Amino acid sequence: MFISSQDSPATFQGFTLVMPAVAVGNVGQLAVDLIVSTLNMRRVGYFHTDCLIPMAGNNPYASGKADAEELHTPAEVYTAAELKLAVLQIRAPIIQTRSKKFRQQLKSWIKASGFSRTVVLSSSHAYQRDDQQLQGTSLRYLMTPSLLAASADALKELGWREMERIPAFPGVDAEPRLCIPGGGITKGLYTDGCAEDLPLAVLLLFCSEGDNIPDAFALVNHLNDWLHLLDGQWKIPTSWSLLFGSGIPPALF
Amino acid sequence: MATFFGEVLSVYSRAVEEDEEELEENEEDEQIRRELEEKRAGNKVQCSSFILAVGHNAASFLSVYILASANWDAVGRGVAWNERSRSGTGPSGEGSACVFYRHKDEPAVLICHVTCHIAEDQLFQWTEKVFGYLQTRGLTVTVLSDSSVADYKTADYLCSSSAPFLRSLRSSAFSDQPVCQSLEQPNIITGLPAAVLNHCQVHSIAAVVYQCYSDVTGPDSITMDKYKPVLTKLGSTDVLRNFVRSSEIQSNLYI
Repeated sequence: MFISSQDSPATFQGFTLVMPAVAVGNVGQLAVDLIVSTLNMRRVGYFHTDCLIPMAGNNPYASGKADAEELHTPAEVYTAAELKLAVLQIRAPIIQTRSKKFRQQLKSWIKASGFSRTVVLSSSHAYQRDDQQLQGTSLRYLMTPSLLAASADALKELGWREMERIPAFPGVDAEPRLCIPGGGITKGLYTDGCAEDLPLAVLLLFCSEGDNIPDAFALVNHLNDWLHLLDGQWKIPTSWSLLFGSGIPPALF
Repeated sequence: MATFFGEVLSVYSRAVEEDEEELEENEEDEQIRRELEEKRAGNKVQCSSFILAVGHNAASFLSVYILASANWDAVGRGVAWNERSRSGTGPSGEGSACVFYRHKDEPAVLICHVTCHIAEDQLFQWTEKVFGYLQTRGLTVTVLSDSSVADYKTADYLCSSSAPFLRSLRSSAFSDQPVCQSLEQPNIITGLPAAVLNHCQVHSIAAVVYQCYSDVTGPDSITMDKYKPVLTKLGSTDVLRNFVRSSEIQSNLYI
């Protein structure tokens, strides 16, 4: 559930919510890090839930010593009121048997907060693309019918590619279905959004585990083409250091 | 993933797989949980200082330096059932529960030893349950936690002579100065210390975690000694302040 970290509770009425899905390469989460870091977004509360693996650390967006020692939790909400933008950052994996519960908690919160639209940043395993998906851009989108109605013109102008329905088992089961392998709760959120008439969009890209920083930049720029959040450069947060481990012992060589 | 030697390893990916079939919590579990919640009485335990030791060195440190005097009562025990608690090897049953101690003269001071494994999906509930019993106004929580130096990330290679060392993380409500350096980015803490710290952060309870990074995995007196500076900060009540003075005399476990 959402717990405000401020004296007066934040209001999200009419805001756009951007949130990541914990998915392959953690691309959505990295992209959200870039948004929070660059737009200097302010933390307004915690999404306190038993569905995420607990973790804690100091401020990942610290700009200096003054704000370095501020504790951060696995799921937090940030806002940039001037852009009517709210961001939910998720920093820990979802406990496997609680994925449905987590989706339900998210949906309840989204409905109760009055967000005008929700954008889920996600990713999918590149190695599971079928032949048609291998061609062209690796970026895809999905939109629930209620958001599609409002954004049809923007989509046409952007020329985005909708996520294809593909047979789950080519040659065996020919019926095209929506499959987002490696996407975590993305598909569940999207199908729930369609069923419950939530204005929800998914932006995802095909990638593999590895150095996913370029993927994060690609995804956030793609989002920016639509939402126009930023004119300049994205700022990498201070927490993006030592992503592949500590320094190497000199004696190794 | 395939390695250079041609073997195929299954690699844990942080991406949660799409699951077509969700495991619903079964009715029996739900009913048990409901009954337990109903049983829980409304009276909360008055507590001004709650000290939690997670790991064998942290627990041994508290045993040697604080619990060694006979003035503590074991007032409670918690057992977490999970895949590791059923294993035949290693400490089990008696030796690996969470034990709560309360001082006879100062009942507002509580100590808890956690040497058993608490599974990832039990951490949140454990924390909620324990803090549900405590009166949290004016409460300060101190967590001592063992960790491996292999989990500590630093740009300059850490040679083994620098371990063990202490790092701290505190909630926003903790206004005092910790006894050691704050945990630098990009390091994080996980497990029970993180669950406790999250709870305290979200509910504005003053809390500090002292994580000791050691290159020794088992009980070790040098690692235990690293927690000593914490004693100076536990002096919020007279009971604990006495231990700061007398700790030198008490440290004769390893002659």
